[in-house]
Amino acid sequence: MEKQKINMHLQCPMPKLDFDIITLGHGSGGLLTNKLLESGVFELLKNPMLDQHHDGATFTLDGPLAFSTDSYVVSPIFFPGGNIGDLAINGTVNDLAMCGAMPKYLSLAFILEEGLTMKEFWEVLVTIKFAAEKAGVQIVTGDTKVVERGKGDKIFINTSGIGVVHHKAQINKARVKPGDKIILSGAIATHGVAILSIRQGLEFESDIATDSTNLNHTVASLLDVFGEKIHLLHDPTRGGVAAVLNEMARDTNLGVDLKENALPVHDVVASACELLGLDPLYVANEGVFLAVVDPEIADAFLEMLRKDQNGTYAAMVGTVTDAHPRQVLMQSGIGGKRVVNMPIGEQLPRIC
Amino acid sequence: MKFMNEYRDQAVVEQYLGEIAKAATRPWTIMEVCGGQTHSLVKNGILQMLPENVRMVHGPGCPVCVTPLHQIDKAVYLAEEKGVIMCSYGDMLRVPGSKRSLLESKAAGADVRILYSPLEAVNIARDNPGREVVFFAVGFETTAPANALSVLHAHRTGVANYSILASHVLVPPAIAAVMNDEESNIQAFLAAGHVCTIMGVSEYEPLADAFKIPLVVTGFEPVDLVQGILMAVRQLEKGEHKMENQYSRVVRPEGNPEARKVIEAVFEISDREWRGIGNIPMSGYEVRAEYAAYDANRKFEVDIEKVPESAECIAGLVLKGIKKPHECPQFGKKCTPQMPLGAPMVSSEGACAAYYHFSQVMS
Repeated sequence: MEKQKINMHLQCPMPKLDFDIITLGHGSGGLLTNKLLESGVFELLKNPMLDQHHDGATFTLDGPLAFSTDSYVVSPIFFPGGNIGDLAINGTVNDLAMCGAMPKYLSLAFILEEGLTMKEFWEVLVTIKFAAEKAGVQIVTGDTKVVERGKGDKIFINTSGIGVVHHKAQINKARVKPGDKIILSGAIATHGVAILSIRQGLEFESDIATDSTNLNHTVASLLDVFGEKIHLLHDPTRGGVAAVLNEMARDTNLGVDLKENALPVHDVVASACELLGLDPLYVANEGVFLAVVDPEIADAFLEMLRKDQNGTYAAMVGTVTDAHPRQVLMQSGIGGKRVVNMPIGEQLPRIC
Repeated sequence: MKFMNEYRDQAVVEQYLGEIAKAATRPWTIMEVCGGQTHSLVKNGILQMLPENVRMVHGPGCPVCVTPLHQIDKAVYLAEEKGVIMCSYGDMLRVPGSKRSLLESKAAGADVRILYSPLEAVNIARDNPGREVVFFAVGFETTAPANALSVLHAHRTGVANYSILASHVLVPPAIAAVMNDEESNIQAFLAAGHVCTIMGVSEYEPLADAFKIPLVVTGFEPVDLVQGILMAVRQLEKGEHKMENQYSRVVRPEGNPEARKVIEAVFEISDREWRGIGNIPMSGYEVRAEYAAYDANRKFEVDIEKVPESAECIAGLVLKGIKKPHECPQFGKKCTPQMPLGAPMVSSEGACAAYYHFSQVMS
């Protein structure tokens, strides 16, 4: 991971500028804004549509489309394995992928806090460039605003995206049926614990890095093979797996049976959760999705997913049921049963 | 995780459960003292796996739950009116005071910070010499050494703008209070393993003798709990009343003498009010006079009214094991983790929260 970072900088060195911090003027829309954008921002994210420097982007796309938006306010903005930049790209790319769509175009809007160093901004931009390239999406329009010091938290980012729905995709909650299998594409809670490990006051030594990545290629290849047999896709970000499954149970009037022993959690993440008093089911994920699939393809789906670079730790974790509507139950590791509820708010570390 | 997974082994748990079923010929009521044990029992589904004649009731060992309303109001007041940097363990933040919780104070602009270690609060004080920093030092004997150490550390390093708002409670007087309650029907206790890691087991032998009850010092993992329950049931069946140590892989008979020295240096035993239960004599720690400069109770003048508890909350009965959480008429109705009437519905160690989050009594 470290090596990859160094390479990025060699390829995209920060341009020589006559300013080293962002000031209010950089968001004024005037000369300073142009100076900021033309200092290398446009060059870095270059594509024919962005190069027009117009008020918006115009383009043609065929077929049913998916449209999604998300805002990114993570603190701190740099964390083990990534920063707010790749989260902002991967997050919206993955939201589109969860709709069964292949993401094409993204908008990128910054709210910068006065005083942000150009060095930090550049590092985020370079990360955005590489994340967009990896996902195969183009940033075609954008915006930059600057707020007074103390009115923001370094950088807030909003990205919106448009994608073309895969011709075989029929992702819809209404298609979830009793007997469907629930598959997690990777180990859970990794991202949330990576962020917590460097949050002020909670720092602990670990080498847990975020697993944030784009999932669109993985999802597209699964859709190619399994098409309409994939009933639902979700990325369990904030609120974790527990929130997503409870939402599904509520909206479908069906229940979920989970198996605690089947949940993929890296040992080091599980240990950190034990220490902090957190339940991995409620911790945020980034590079992980949850699929609800027809039972007849479940094994083949899992086998194919495990061969994908984003699916090494994929596991079948549960089944949809009509036995207890709107309720998520989990068989505990020792064979007992418990309810997995909707998270209330942020999980707070326990006292002892 | 290696050393944890072996205490979460289904086959071992089932074996112990089988032995409990064989051993228990009559109905027995056992209280687990610690909220951590309550959560483990509910979260792992152990309560439903026990034979019907072995009934677990949940004890007062949730430090956040028994922190008096007035202390929370005081913390909120210090954060909002005195402009201190109020540091606390995360658990404490959501517990409602009479007007608001520390989390709401934070949202309203007070400087409230979640920490894992009080030593971090001393660092914050060192880095902010112009401001007062207070650590809300709640907990049983388990967290007392770290809280005491923070006072010693501030004293040694000359950090004068640091103090603790101590609200420490002790387990043995709580067990005695539960047993002395007329309504109590407890026949045996699982004592809190982590508290004994610090304090050792010597305080528990006299309790077992005085009340003629089996007392098993027990850990927190499923295998620990079912083994502890089996040890208690076997004593009950034989008519014995001994102190036994199930958690011997962690708890030494003498506890941790170094940690106790630190506690004794900074704290002295005093009467203490327990939220929902009332005053229990000699059941808490307060800062010794020689460290008064680090005692937020002495350092700041706090002029706030003492507000009575919600009349609808039966936390006291729940904490003494007389009522189960779902036997409260307000459980899951007027009282939920989003809108709690009392602390046991909020804390990650509270019995009401455990039932609300993990138990099927909600359905």
